[in-house]
Amino acid sequence: MRFLRRATSARDQGTAAQQRAASHQDRALVVRLLARDEAAFVSLVRTEHESLVRLALVFVRNRATAEEVAQDTWSGVLAGLAGFEGRSSLRAWIFQICSNHAMRRSAREARSTPFSALGGPDEPAVDAGRFEADGHWAHPPHAWRADTPEQILERAEAVACIGRVLDELPPAQRAVVLLRDVEGLDAAEACGVLQVSEANQRVLLHRGRSKIRRALEKLLGDE
Amino acid sequence: MLTCRQMTELVTDYLEGRLSWKDRFRFQLHLGTCRHCREYVREMKVAVRTLGRLPPVEIPPATMDALMERFRSW
Repeated sequence: MRFLRRATSARDQGTAAQQRAASHQDRALVVRLLARDEAAFVSLVRTEHESLVRLALVFVRNRATAEEVAQDTWSGVLAGLAGFEGRSSLRAWIFQICSNHAMRRSAREARSTPFSALGGPDEPAVDAGRFEADGHWAHPPHAWRADTPEQILERAEAVACIGRVLDELPPAQRAVVLLRDVEGLDAAEACGVLQVSEANQRVLLHRGRSKIRRALEKLLGDE
Repeated sequence: MLTCRQMTELVTDYLEGRLSWKDRFRFQLHLGTCRHCREYVREMKVAVRTLGRLPPVEIPPATMDALMERFRSW
């Protein structure tokens, strides 16, 4: 199980004012990187590298190749940094470079499955057996034993469970959940990185999130 | 009136602010009367917030060294 977190997601940031502040942070980070500030690079790599590997794994065959894609992404980031214009967040820009590298690599490997084919089957968010024939709950959800992110993350088995479910998601669902919920990109940024429509992105997000919730319910539900 | 089953399929559109005002009203009306669906939506929000706070993973030292080498030769 390998993944990274964002300290705060874009959704948590919420307001336009806070998003402008995040953009200032991006610009400040770019300035430090362009000044060859090693600490800034180390910090960025520590928070993003594994997510780049995860994103690459959506497109390429194995972890070793994904690792190469992630490392090449950093070379691409450094090569293009002076031209970063801040039209998207720095993270979205880095993930865009990664997905471009990964798609080119998968095309070279003749594993160019269209992203649309990686979405997995059309499944209900909740098993049909939990509803009455009239569509109301027969077996409703119950409060979890841990019901805040902090309480959940105190449980190693919950962290492991989330990682496992993320790894098992169909690739396109995994990519969208990773970019939107783990990395905190907004919908437009995620669509740009993955080259999918907003509606398709939302369907994938819904399916992926529903599976994560279902797994947490199984682990933490009182039933 | 929306059913609970429909609610579970609309929750992402709701959280993403992509429901029409009419469907949003119907969604909220249902939430106001159904504690099970309120619990469902709450759990979904908690799951999403938890994903955004997953603990960091250590990058292997050899990988970090290789990347630092790239940085220094940049």
